[in-house]
Parts: sequence; C-alpha cells; structure tokens
Amino acid sequence: MIDLHVELPGLSLKNPIIPASGCFGFGREYAELYDLSRLGGIAIKSATPEKRFGNPVPRIAETPMGMLNAIGLQNHGVDYIIEHELPWLAQFDTEILANVAASTEEGYVEVIRKLNSSPVVKAYELNISCPNVKHGGAALGTDPVLAAHVTKMAKEAAEKPVYVKLSPNVTNIVEIAKAVEAAGADGLILINTLLGMRLDLRTAKPVLANNTGGLSGPAIKPIAVRMVWQCAQAVNIPIIGVGGIRTAEDVLEFLYAGASAVEVGAQNFVDPYACIHIIEALPAVLEKYGLSSVREATGRSLKQ
Amino acid sequence: MKNGPAEILSNERIAEDTYEMILRTGIAREVRCGQFVQVQVPGYFLRRPISVHRVLDENTLSLIYKVVGDGTRTLSQTAAEDFLDLFGPLGNGFPVLDEDIVLIGGGVGVPPLVETAAQYRRLGRQVTAVLGFNNSSAAFGEEEFRSLGCDVIVATMDGSLGYKGTVIDAIQAAGLVPATVLACGPVPMLRAVAENYRGYISLEARMACGIGACMGCVVKTPDGGSLRVCKDGPVFRTGEVQL
Repeated sequence: MIDLHVELPGLSLKNPIIPASGCFGFGREYAELYDLSRLGGIAIKSATPEKRFGNPVPRIAETPMGMLNAIGLQNHGVDYIIEHELPWLAQFDTEILANVAASTEEGYVEVIRKLNSSPVVKAYELNISCPNVKHGGAALGTDPVLAAHVTKMAKEAAEKPVYVKLSPNVTNIVEIAKAVEAAGADGLILINTLLGMRLDLRTAKPVLANNTGGLSGPAIKPIAVRMVWQCAQAVNIPIIGVGGIRTAEDVLEFLYAGASAVEVGAQNFVDPYACIHIIEALPAVLEKYGLSSVREATGRSLKQ
Repeated sequence: MKNGPAEILSNERIAEDTYEMILRTGIAREVRCGQFVQVQVPGYFLRRPISVHRVLDENTLSLIYKVVGDGTRTLSQTAAEDFLDLFGPLGNGFPVLDEDIVLIGGGVGVPPLVETAAQYRRLGRQVTAVLGFNNSSAAFGEEEFRSLGCDVIVATMDGSLGYKGTVIDAIQAAGLVPATVLACGPVPMLRAVAENYRGYISLEARMACGIGACMGCVVKTPDGGSLRVCKDGPVFRTGEVQL
C-alpha cells in the first residue's frame, strides 16, 4: 500500500495534489466533473480587499508548451468570498489554502484578518508574485527586504500558517526564500509564472491587452524544479512545488527536488480531470521507483 | 460534459480557409444548438473552442472551423481515422423559442446557426437565414439552410455573391422586420445587430479552460460587472454585454 498522505503546517493532505490558485476558481466548475474531496487540497483564487475586474481582454495567449495569462486577479473581493464561496467549499473533505493578494501591505493584513474567522481556510498562500498587477504582487516579491516585511506583517495578522508564493522573476530566488523564512513563513510555494510576452506579426502589437503576462505550463517546469531544488537546500520550511506539472512522473520530479506537495495549474485547462488522473497514477509511479510513500520521495535528490 | 477521444470521419475544405470536420463522439447526444466543444490539436498546449455545426446523429457531430493560425492549420491537416481529444459540450447555447426566427451569421459565425435552424424547423417554425461573407470564395452554408427549408439571404462585402453590403443592409433591403434574431459572427457585426434588433448574440473569445474557472474570456456588462463567454455564454441577450 503506497502512502500518499502528507502532513504540513496547517494542512493534512490525503495526497500531495493541489490545484493551483487561479487555475481552478473556487472549484465550482470542476465540481461538476468530479468529487473535490478526492483532492489533497485546493488553492482557491486570490482574494483581494476589494472587488477587482482584472485586466482587459485578450488575457490569454498560447505559447509553445505553455500559455501566457494576464487575468489581473479578477475576484469579487474577500467579503464576497467569505460569504459565498467558503461556505460552499465546506462540504468537501479537502484542505483549503486561501491565496491572499493586495496592492499594499495593509491590504494583505486586511484580507488575512477577515479570513482568520473562516473555519474552511486551513492556511494562507501569500501571493507576492502576481506579475499582472501594477501594485503589490511581484513588486513586493522581487525584493528580499520588502518580501520579508510583508511576510512578517502577514504572520502577525494570521491565525493560520502562512505559505509564501514566490516569484521566479528574480536574480536569486534563494535570497528571497531565506528572507521570508527568517520573517516567519511556515512554508514556500514555488513558483508563480514567469513574465513573458507575445507580439502579433500583422499588427506589431502585443497579443495580450496587458502587453505582458505570466508564462505557465510545461515550458516552465525545468525552471520550477531547479528553483525548488535550490531553495530546498537553503531553507528548513516545507516547499509546495508548482510549475508545468502534467503527470505523476512530473510530481515525483518535484518531490525529488525537495517539494513536500505540489500544485497543478495550467494542465487543468488542457485536461479538466488532470488532478484526478495524476492522483490515480501516482501510487504506481512511486512503486515503480521503489518508494512506498510520498514523504520518502521528498528531497531524495538532496540525500545522495 | 464528456471528455475523450473522437474519431475523425472526414475533414474537408468547404470554402476559403474553411473546413468541415465530422467526428464520431458520444458528446453528440448532449449537444444543444449554439454550444461548443474544446478540441485538443496534437502538438498544441491549449484546446481550441469550436462551435458545433450539426448534430448528425447521437454519435456523430460536425464542426466548421476557419484556419486562423498554426493550430487550426494543423487541425486542417488531420485526416479520417485520426483521433482528436474532445471535451464538451460547453456553454449555454441558443434558446429554442416557439416563434419564427431570423438567424444572422457572419463568416465562421454561420456554423452554430445551422443546428439552430434545424431545431426551429423541427418545431415547424419559419426560419430566415441571413449570411454575410467578405466575398464569394469565403461563402458556405447557403444550400444547407435551404435544404432545411429556410429562406436564405446572402450578402458579401464586395458583391461577388448575393446582396452587396452588410447583413444589416441586406435585411433592410429585403424589407424584413425581425421580432427576434439569433446572431453569431465578428464583433462589429454583432454590435450592429444589437443596435438594430432584439434577440441573442453568440461571442467568440480566446479561452483557456472553457468551463468558467480561469476568467480568461470575460466580457463586461453594462453595469460594470463581468460575464464569462465560455460558461455564462457564448450566447447572450442583446444588451446583456458590452461589445
């Protein structure tokens, strides 16, 4: 019997598969396809202090082995999410990570204080890495001092563990990882999307209305694996790996690199049953490589 | 909603850069007129949303698509006996009202109106199809609407087939005063339709998930809210969204 169970701060995951924030909404659409209780957890779409419309369209562009998005944190605001989305999610036996975003440090604190009272939310995902907003987001996540400061403020406000989702759009990811660990982060989520761009050959203008967008999909997987591997050697807090995962073999690669669990993002768009397919395939893949549990695989590349 | 492999029965060019593909898939029995499927094109990451042109029987449907880029070009090169992964049916579709109807199609927006016409004809309703194209080499569908018993008016911008001008020009020239229209086509056409008539319009959009989760294909509502083309649409009442 292969043990898929993973214990992380605030999160008791029956398996290590979590749909990534922004790629799964609040689960309602996917709940029409399968039972969300089969998931280890769900990283729900970003909550911001106020309602946000997001960016103009086009927001989506395809790329080789991936896609660009510039949604711009569209959501109904934290109050609406607390009133309408979280009570609905309570029916599922899965761990909810609330992704928190804002344009100021005070905004992050405000959202966290409001979410503290929800029994549905088990941990926070501090989004200091969204590349598609002008303020906050990646502006905070690309400077170790600013990243540490917002992490510290979030930790002081939070009554649940805080995982910090880092931006790959930096020269030295390890420096940021260490800074947020020192500021009290309970875990890391690596990585958010890479800043990218596409141009239309006829108009010579950007394809995306926002000009730039975040690159995700299999194209970024080697970068994500590398960053997890680097950070896993530098910090003592758990890492949730994310970036281009399509298969159970991809999951194993992230576990080997040092991740304790993973998030699946853009693949949900390609295969709406992606998370279920990965969860079903994972035991056989672990067994094939002589492993009897997910925990055993975590950091295996670092132990040799 | 179903997801799985669909066998290509045929894939043929029917007009300039325009192809009709017939597929064997159990999705066919669930399709309502105006809905779409997400097609996985081999070698490309995101699926292509393509509206259903006809439900031929409970295991067969046809799609008409235009080659607009590398992905649809690759799709045009697939052949009978190949398999494509299909997900659907998706979206809300056109309403089937118990009244006579005018259908307005522009270019590759024509296909979903064919199944819609079939549904209205099945109810014994009178259907007038007004089809607009850039020129005669891009035109298709006239015979099919006629075979369903519809009145057909064709308009081309260069006058190489039918009335010279837009679909709105053609409707006015024919003296039609539609009570309700159902329209699908490019945004400038839909904007003109919405300014002149009441009814329903179907939008096209760049999509990722196709089921309402990613917020990639939103449109604004007049009150500043937003709706998702893939999930809340692709069919909206005229005036329901900003064009």
